[in-house]
Amino acid sequence: MNHFEVFDLPRKLGIDAADLQRRFHELSRRHHPDFHQAAPADEQARVLETSARVNAAYRTLRDPIARVEYLVRLEEGRTANPGEPAAAKPPAPPDLLAEMFEIQETLQDARRGGLDDATRATLTEQRAALAERYADVEARLTGELSAAWDAAPPTARAPLLAAFREALARRAFLRTVIDDLTDALEGTGEGHVAHHRH
Amino acid sequence: MSRIIGIDLGTTNSLVAYVDAKTGLPRVIPDADGRALLPSIVSFTPDGVVVGEAARRQLVRRPTTTVYSVKRFMGRGYEDVRDELRFFPFTVIPTENVVSLKVGERTVTPPEVSAAVLKALKERAERHFGETIEKAVVTVPAYFNDSQRQATRDAGRIAGLDVVRIVNEPTAASLAYGLDRIKDGVVAVYDLGGGTFDISILRVKDGVFEVLATNGDTHLGGDDFDRVILLWLLEDVQARHHAELARDGIELVRDHEVMQELRLAAEAAKVRLSSTERTTLTLPFASFTYRREITRADLERLIEPLVAKTLGPVRLALADAGLRPSQVDEVVLVGGSTRVPLVRQRVQELFGKAPHSQMNPDEVVALGAAVQAHILAGGITSMLLLDVTPLSLGIETLGGIVSVLIARNTTVPTSAREMFTTSVDGQTVVDMHVVQGERELAKDCRSLARFELRGIDAMPAGMPKIEVTFLIDANGILQVQAKELRTGKEASVEVKPTYGLDEGDVERMVEESFTYAEADVETRMLIENRNEAETVITHVERALRQGAQLVDAGERGRIETALATLKRVKDGQDRDEIRERTTALNQATEHLAELMMDAALKGALGTRRATEIMESE
Repeated sequence: MNHFEVFDLPRKLGIDAADLQRRFHELSRRHHPDFHQAAPADEQARVLETSARVNAAYRTLRDPIARVEYLVRLEEGRTANPGEPAAAKPPAPPDLLAEMFEIQETLQDARRGGLDDATRATLTEQRAALAERYADVEARLTGELSAAWDAAPPTARAPLLAAFREALARRAFLRTVIDDLTDALEGTGEGHVAHHRH
Repeated sequence: MSRIIGIDLGTTNSLVAYVDAKTGLPRVIPDADGRALLPSIVSFTPDGVVVGEAARRQLVRRPTTTVYSVKRFMGRGYEDVRDELRFFPFTVIPTENVVSLKVGERTVTPPEVSAAVLKALKERAERHFGETIEKAVVTVPAYFNDSQRQATRDAGRIAGLDVVRIVNEPTAASLAYGLDRIKDGVVAVYDLGGGTFDISILRVKDGVFEVLATNGDTHLGGDDFDRVILLWLLEDVQARHHAELARDGIELVRDHEVMQELRLAAEAAKVRLSSTERTTLTLPFASFTYRREITRADLERLIEPLVAKTLGPVRLALADAGLRPSQVDEVVLVGGSTRVPLVRQRVQELFGKAPHSQMNPDEVVALGAAVQAHILAGGITSMLLLDVTPLSLGIETLGGIVSVLIARNTTVPTSAREMFTTSVDGQTVVDMHVVQGERELAKDCRSLARFELRGIDAMPAGMPKIEVTFLIDANGILQVQAKELRTGKEASVEVKPTYGLDEGDVERMVEESFTYAEADVETRMLIENRNEAETVITHVERALRQGAQLVDAGERGRIETALATLKRVKDGQDRDEIRERTTALNQATEHLAELMMDAALKGALGTRRATEIMESE
């Protein structure tokens, strides 16, 4: 059973948040272990599993980006393992490479010699510009591409999948560079794993 | 289904509560004297183990064998707690996988000490209901890791309780509030207790309490406030009375009794400063009395950095929930330390709204535990709590890097699957190291356990496909299962917890606890009666010194006889007799006490105030 089926929803990206929450609460009331304390052990084990599956489905579908990533994996038949993260890091989009190379170079210099005020200002500006592009990619993914997917007949889906993959790769790449810039600018350097809600 | 009680096992105080079937409302169960709070203190005396109020009275008398704040040691290793050991008069020693406490002849683990507290609450509930209680919901700080949760469950087992659910304290509090005080919307629960701090952000809708994010610090609470006051106090006593201390040969930090007195004085001053602007610390030493006024501003200067330390986790939790402070509809304060005005002020500033505190912050967690117990027993079906796991769970991979399997703030129950294989031909055992935490390197995270997958058929390297399922249940506790996919055979999973008791230890402790259970109850009551007798004797002796002239010789004689009788029997084994003689002495002195009260009010006793005479030591 895939995440869409868990909620009895069609495999579409336009999901109403309030409706999804209502379905989630309804399923939780039915399957949460709290309401099956008196059940025999094997039924409790089954309830636990169902409940975990409902939670995982909700966590994925409530987030529009995670939803797209999941749909792509589902279409590619890569969902056998629900714990598996989204596709392995794709190659960097070629048009971004030259630009990123330059930023990385500045960053490396900065790591060696510290940041002077001028470099700091430049990097801050670059980060702001990248964040804007990042927001644009997300808007495209959850907006026009998602809408196009929902409207497309099955035969027209292949190019859309490719577009999703391209946009997701772009987003992942931008995220890495933004994080590197943030590390350099704010000097956290503590090795904290950043948790970005997809 | 049998009755389930709700227990708040706190750093400083513990409580037990239940939901009244008639009203549907949660209630705390008081002890015989009407006290709801059971101090989480356990004293190992030559006569046996005492808990609660009776143990509190042993803090100064037996500092090295009276254990308090043991929650700080639950599920911890020696290196975790080494730095704070100088604040405790009892001896903490490193033992395999856990720390142990050396109390007199005995060596006990933190879960055993907590079990004594749980058992006292279990007995309290049994007296209340007149029936055996076997099941409980026990609360823990939301930010407790797997080891700390396991240790709490072990404590329950040792106490003879099946802990049917471990529930997070802030979420329990939200359930208690939620019965009628919380409207649908986003709620932040700020829970600052005796030793731990939690922040939980929830979305409440139609009876579903969905935790969006949680954060905290399991080593930050009122105890830490006391410590900064204590350090300040030590310095001040030293500075002002250096000469007397040197003359009397008192070395403050080495004297456990004096240190305990100072700590208790610091705590008491902190509590008073929540309701008054200034208070005087008075500490009688052998040859001098230390007196010093302390103002609320002084206190705030000392604790400011600690209060500020709570705000970081609040911001992180909000960020994880994807919310700004202004998007929080209601703020709830929980835990005794939220009575401190500076704490309230900082919370209010951060959220820009006045926090809720209508419910007693000491009781609300236990009440919530009772609500959760009632839900589990089938008594409530309209409410549902969906909590999260506070820390990311991962496994150590090549190079010591953590591969995260379950991200923090994932709703539980939750599961993740991971494939493993062998690296050597014919290998039949595969190891994995499971950690919890937010750092990239395994060595910087909390090691939970090493798992050995056994019983894999010998195959060439890389051939076995072992699917391991990591499941975090509704208690926030990890379960691991493994299966070899080629053969379909279940692999056995052997767990070696990094911090914690193994199954054998717990079994042994359960047995020992049962063997001593009867004796312990008897001894405890004997010691409590004896303590009571000693308190009354002290009061009467003082009354005779100060007011003997107020009664005639006959009455004085009767009091003295009753006093002598109680003194004679109090060290005996017959607790009924001790209790009767204590009552007799109380009655014999009633009239004198009244006269002294009157005299005090008229000022006949000079400058001493009536309250001073009434006050116990």
